[in-house]
Amino acid sequence: MKLDNLTIKDIHYGLVKKEFSAVELTKNYFKKIEEKDKDISAFLFLSKKLALEQAKEVDKLISNNEELPILSGVPMAIKDNILIQGLKTTCASKMLENYVSPYDATCIKKIKEQKAIFLGKTNLDEFAMGASTENSAFFTTKNPYDLKRVSGGSSGGSAAAVASDMCCFALGSDTGGSIRQPSSFCGVVGLKPTYGSVSRYGLVAYASSLDQIGPIAKTTEDARIVFDILKGKDEKDATSIDFKYNPFNLEISKLKIGVPKEYFIKGIDKEVEKIIKSRISDYEKMGAKIIEISLPHTEYALPAYYLIATSEASSNLARYDGIKYGFSDKETDSLLDVYLKARAKGFGTEVKRRIILGTYALSSGYYDAYYLKAQKVRTLIKKDFENAFKKVDVIFTPVSPTPAFKIGEKITDPLSMYLSDIYTVSVNLAGVPAVSVPAGFSNDNLPIGLQIIGKPFEENKILEVGSLLEK
Amino acid sequence: MINKEEIKHIAKLSRIEINTKEEEKFSKDLDEILNYFNLLEKVNVSKIEPSFHPNEKFLKKELSFLRKDESFSFDEKLIEKIIKMTIEKKDRYVKVKTILK
Repeated sequence: MKLDNLTIKDIHYGLVKKEFSAVELTKNYFKKIEEKDKDISAFLFLSKKLALEQAKEVDKLISNNEELPILSGVPMAIKDNILIQGLKTTCASKMLENYVSPYDATCIKKIKEQKAIFLGKTNLDEFAMGASTENSAFFTTKNPYDLKRVSGGSSGGSAAAVASDMCCFALGSDTGGSIRQPSSFCGVVGLKPTYGSVSRYGLVAYASSLDQIGPIAKTTEDARIVFDILKGKDEKDATSIDFKYNPFNLEISKLKIGVPKEYFIKGIDKEVEKIIKSRISDYEKMGAKIIEISLPHTEYALPAYYLIATSEASSNLARYDGIKYGFSDKETDSLLDVYLKARAKGFGTEVKRRIILGTYALSSGYYDAYYLKAQKVRTLIKKDFENAFKKVDVIFTPVSPTPAFKIGEKITDPLSMYLSDIYTVSVNLAGVPAVSVPAGFSNDNLPIGLQIIGKPFEENKILEVGSLLEK
Repeated sequence: MINKEEIKHIAKLSRIEINTKEEEKFSKDLDEILNYFNLLEKVNVSKIEPSFHPNEKFLKKELSFLRKDESFSFDEKLIEKIIKMTIEKKDRYVKVKTILK
């Protein structure tokens, strides 16, 4: 039996019917990683020993005819800013190069209960700050469709690993597009859940009012299976919430799709525009009603996002002090010097830039003009979505203004890199869920994703609407 | 708009030592970025409340985010692991460099 491009259910039924064992399957994924990852560089490190132990345990369950949870024996990858006890969590930073996780993130605990298999940790932009993985302190993850191009970021390693079938699914985190944009660039499904639906305990904090953990998968069904396991209230994350889906039966003739006019403006790549518009007209042909809507504060989302994200980052990253854990410089003579040197040598350029920008936005004299203003703009952006969702069920937009760009193309110009987040950041500011679903390919054979945005806690709806693209 | 002196001051507040090359680079970058951010001057936010959180309303309604102010037991092994990670220590104390000279 060929063990390629298996979905979660393929693996589940294959194991239950004893078509293959979990150990065979796991070894097969490691073989694929060995063949492909020397070109792609998706993984920072592998956890072979742990994975084979986990696989043996699953095989024991099978031979005892015990009931298998849906993710049992499913080989997966984890973005390296999520803690797995006993394994390193580097955040692709020199600061945490040797940091060994003392405990499990809540999402990892939930997945361990399911007995999924941890193949390894994937590359990211340092501390999840970036849109290409070029800010990783270790290496850049290449796009499986074109090795000269970026995989996207910051969850680029996770998206590239799923796209090249080096794992069945992966976990990522999304602060301003970090799950959706690499999913779009690599042609896979990436879900940024509603803020509060998944516990952030054990996710290394970047911007706490925006960060969410979510799945990157081959299909919308797989994304749904994983999300349903991750979601729910966790004592250890005060912002997490228990919720039940409103029942939803997709009746395409009753579906109202909003298309915001502000998202199809100057700067969008012609091919992206063409493909997204042609998918929208496919839905119209299927019977959905397409309604032009306005999200009037869209152009302010990017500055508001970067002010809020960097302000929160400047506070969150204050914990890296060269004392408690992480990188520390030996040649120091005072406490202040310990801080200054550990952070000068431990952080990369983009992380420093964002901490400095955030400190500036929060500093006396600038707080009202930048930080507070941005939080007020956030209210307006939330209201834009609330108003739009009075008229429509879901909103369709591009994920990124361009397909995957070339390695090196934007790395020297921070503002142009920031601008590649223009279609994804509003969603994080408003806390609503959104998914990137593969929508087609450019003339150069680069994947392009469609973003489907929903009301809070309607992940079921956006994934089901997105599943129509897979048929 | 943002000069090198200002950058040096902000970097110090951020507890990051930067060299002269970085001073130049960051002041140029921040200038460009903040210039773009001035787009926000166009938005009228009078009478608009800030949203520090995406689902503030929900949390306020539930009040479920407030836990009781009580102590809870902590796994002894975890404490040991965390202490072990500190850069310098004496017994179970974290050791730091001189604060005042």
